[in-house]
Amino acid sequence: MRSFTYERPADARAAVAAASRSGAKFISGGTNLLDLMKLDIEHPSHLVDISRLALRDIDELPDGGLRIGAQAANSDVAADARVRTRYPVLSQALVSGASGQLRNKASTGGNLLQRTRCPYFYDTAAGCNKRDPGSGCSAIDGSNRIHAILGASDACIATHPSDMAVAMTVLDAQIELLDADESVRRVAITDFYRLPGDTPHLETVLRPAEMITSVVLPPPPPGRQLYRKVRDRASYEFALVSVAAVVSADQATIAQARVAFGGVAHKPWRSVEAEAALTGRPATMATYRAAADAAMRDAVGQGHNDFKIELARRTLCRTLAQAAQSS
Amino acid sequence: MIGQPLDRIDGPLKVTGQAIYAYEHWEPGQPLYGVIVGATVGKGRITRIDTDSAEHAPGVRMVMTHRNAPEQGARDESVPMEYWRAQPVLTSPDIHYHGEPVALVVAETLEQARAAAALVHVEYAAGRGRFDFAAYEDEAYAPKEANGGFPTDTEVGDFDTGFSTADVRIDQRYTTPYELSMPMELHACLVQPRGEDLIVYVSCQIVDAALASIASTLRIDPARIYIITPFVGGGFGSKLGIHAETILAAIAARALREPVKVALTRQQIFQLVGMRPTSSQRVRLGAGRDGRLVAVAHDVTMATNPDIEFAEQTAATTRSLYAAPHRLTTHRLTPLDLPRGADVRAPGEAPGLLAVESAMDELADALGIDPVELRIRNEPAVDPESGVPFSDRHLVECLREGARRFGWEHRPTTPASMREGRWLVGYGMAAAIRKHFQGQATVRVRLEADGTAVVQTDMTDIGTGTYTILTQVAADGLGLPPERVRIELGRSELPTSWGSGGSWGAANSSTATHRACVAVREKLLVTACGDTGSPLHGLDPAEAVFAEGSVRIGGADEALSEILARNHPDGVQAEGETRFMGDDPNYAAYSIHTYGAHFAEVGVDADTAEIRLRRMLGVFSVGRVLNPKTTRSQLIGGMIWGVGAALQEEAVVDLRSGAFVNRDLAQYLMPVHADIPDVDAVVLDGYDDKANVLGMKGVGELGICGAGPAIANAVFNATGVRVRDFPITLEKVLPGLPLMDT
Repeated sequence: MRSFTYERPADARAAVAAASRSGAKFISGGTNLLDLMKLDIEHPSHLVDISRLALRDIDELPDGGLRIGAQAANSDVAADARVRTRYPVLSQALVSGASGQLRNKASTGGNLLQRTRCPYFYDTAAGCNKRDPGSGCSAIDGSNRIHAILGASDACIATHPSDMAVAMTVLDAQIELLDADESVRRVAITDFYRLPGDTPHLETVLRPAEMITSVVLPPPPPGRQLYRKVRDRASYEFALVSVAAVVSADQATIAQARVAFGGVAHKPWRSVEAEAALTGRPATMATYRAAADAAMRDAVGQGHNDFKIELARRTLCRTLAQAAQSS
Repeated sequence: MIGQPLDRIDGPLKVTGQAIYAYEHWEPGQPLYGVIVGATVGKGRITRIDTDSAEHAPGVRMVMTHRNAPEQGARDESVPMEYWRAQPVLTSPDIHYHGEPVALVVAETLEQARAAAALVHVEYAAGRGRFDFAAYEDEAYAPKEANGGFPTDTEVGDFDTGFSTADVRIDQRYTTPYELSMPMELHACLVQPRGEDLIVYVSCQIVDAALASIASTLRIDPARIYIITPFVGGGFGSKLGIHAETILAAIAARALREPVKVALTRQQIFQLVGMRPTSSQRVRLGAGRDGRLVAVAHDVTMATNPDIEFAEQTAATTRSLYAAPHRLTTHRLTPLDLPRGADVRAPGEAPGLLAVESAMDELADALGIDPVELRIRNEPAVDPESGVPFSDRHLVECLREGARRFGWEHRPTTPASMREGRWLVGYGMAAAIRKHFQGQATVRVRLEADGTAVVQTDMTDIGTGTYTILTQVAADGLGLPPERVRIELGRSELPTSWGSGGSWGAANSSTATHRACVAVREKLLVTACGDTGSPLHGLDPAEAVFAEGSVRIGGADEALSEILARNHPDGVQAEGETRFMGDDPNYAAYSIHTYGAHFAEVGVDADTAEIRLRRMLGVFSVGRVLNPKTTRSQLIGGMIWGVGAALQEEAVVDLRSGAFVNRDLAQYLMPVHADIPDVDAVVLDGYDDKANVLGMKGVGELGICGAGPAIANAVFNATGVRVRDFPITLEKVLPGLPLMDT
């Protein structure tokens, strides 16, 4: 049997110390890791259970932002009155993900770190550079309907499956980390995730044993926030494409806009190109289309997922139109 | 009681966890656990298999491969039905499909077995497999017959001439994907050896088939095998036969002389229990301007496993559906190195109606005739192919009643013309038809001395409600309250039936139960009316009424318990039977089917092409209804499956490896609650006196028949986009959506 040890450290410092053991892995809700262990994809020899650490609170910050503890359950964050009123895009993204049962178990930090849903990642008989570096990418010439259209590489075309992280990306969230040497650092969410390059098994900039302690949301940006998720069924399904948008329109002109996509890349995809094409422009469909074209300028389909490029364009246009209309 | 919405007899047991399923039995004591190792190539040969480390892993008791598996009985095609045949496994180093069992690892715990299974090292010489249906579609051959005994091809009149001279012609090709039955209860068994006997707790639909199949595979006397399967958590065709898990558990249990449990994983269900084959269906409809069909052709090509032929009766559904003088149906198969095809709920009708009822919608659109009216205009007076009369055909009533209840008159007659906010809204409908089958069943009814009735048959309850409906039939048959009826099912020592499958289980077992009750009544009356001590003495038995635990003739009556006490102190019993339809003249003299009409309203997101069902109604004609509650559950379940078949379900083959790529329920999609807002099923009053003495017909599979094309036709009505490649996922609709200008 693949045996593993388990411990439940008392505090965050003990947790990172425990995680310094070789083969150690943090576990919180276990909604992803336990499946991966059963399927022989992850094989930690030591589990450090951080789900009961005192990191479940959502706190006000002096600047008007919020600090969300890494152990706060997805359902608690989604239901938090401050999140719902000041960061509706985040609340919408959270409730669009998974199922009620999973959201009750899944933590904020765990959600950020969930692994891809590429079917070849799950098939241990298939080559997958993410699961088994150097074994090749089976998706490139295989079944790739759900795969990336932006930022992919010859080594990996997987997507990041989180909805929550897309909303946090458009909100310019900062991720607070505690290292084994007890040093603390903050990383912008856009810098937190890596593109696959030739090391798709490295998904974030987390150092070994480093632990997410919280996510800091800056004060909410001006404008109307919207999350739109497009999927194959009405619930309990990952995004084919999703859009998180914040649009502030003054009369008929867009003063400021932020855009991030989900389901299109190895990481939540902030589109500065789309944002540039929107700022100061009239709030019309022509502007949205130009922004969509800018966002998708470098998009490449893999065959089965070619449709995602047009789907992302259309989803962005409609989301922007709705956000601008009511902002 | 018949016709009453009696609650499920087994419901409280199920919701309190007291219904024991195959893998959960503990009577034999601590069992061993087996885990199946599957091939990781789709075609080829094992060149090396190293079981050393697995054998030495903790707790491991046995590693079985083709090298040490005992010789087994061969699959014998002279046995008429597949599910009764031997199903040998681990017979050679050859690999025929991805996931084929290459080893069974048996250990003291499931965890040990699973870990050791990962240590079995197999090397393959991979062969060039045929995995791509489209690439080999042209190499198809004609099978000897289609599944269910249907002829491969049929022809009436002169199709070519009829079609070429028709005013309006539809000639389209529709494709349907590989689909699988996904019962909640995984395919599982526990085999306990007792001396030379085997006690087999197995999740199956047909006890007799499981018994015959295990006996002939293991080459042991069927009398030494005992099947026990009181509860089955769904089957949908995938448990008609037994599979590798049962054969391997039985072999291991015999060899080790200890009880062994084996269950498939959800992923293995995609490989080891059979699937609905992919199909390519050409449908040609020729009609006059008045909408009357003159020519109908349905030509189907499907995939089959090369060694175990399965020809789903996909074109057979067209044979009795609409009137037309010139008709043609064909089935062709192209062999692919994929898992075997098998019965998946409503084999034939489910994929066949997707094509034909889509084509009818295309014809209605081409003619400018309302789709309901088009179908009514093509209602035949007698079976359009065989020429025999219908036993009880109410398709037109289903169409009219459905249209009325649904508000079909509000349907947008021009496609893509109704809009609500960002939703394009459309209505669609389709007809449903399913042949009613009758199979063999024997039921024993015993009236105990205390006035309790026991109904015994090896018939199964696969979640459909057998316990409940047989309670109702026996209660009526003997004039007892339902709480004085006990049903015993799913054991091989009970009278034999052909189990649950083909929607025949309810009719077969109910009819046999009714007949057994009649025979018990006759025995009671003979003694009572001939007994000078009975108030019924000398009265005419033909006038007898059995009610409330008593027998009444005219003004005289006597309690059953008194008749029993005096004349039958050990109780009285009798058997009742139904025959195979081939031996029942009604099934040749009449065309016996069930019917329905589905109506659906969908919304299609004008920007993203996401398709969401808004409401759905089915109106059905099934003869007499035994229990409206279980009937409704069956019909609604089928309709929801139809929604999935139209929009979501598809097992995707990796064309390089022959593996199903999306082999779990996170990736193989089916509707969730949010996809099913408002679905209703209505059943017309009826009684089909040609089907059986109770006037009833099967309902299990009818709900899915035609449900999918109603959705597809609604998508067309909403968008003007006709998708002929199922499922209708959003990328197939997206290119046809209007531009975004506002």
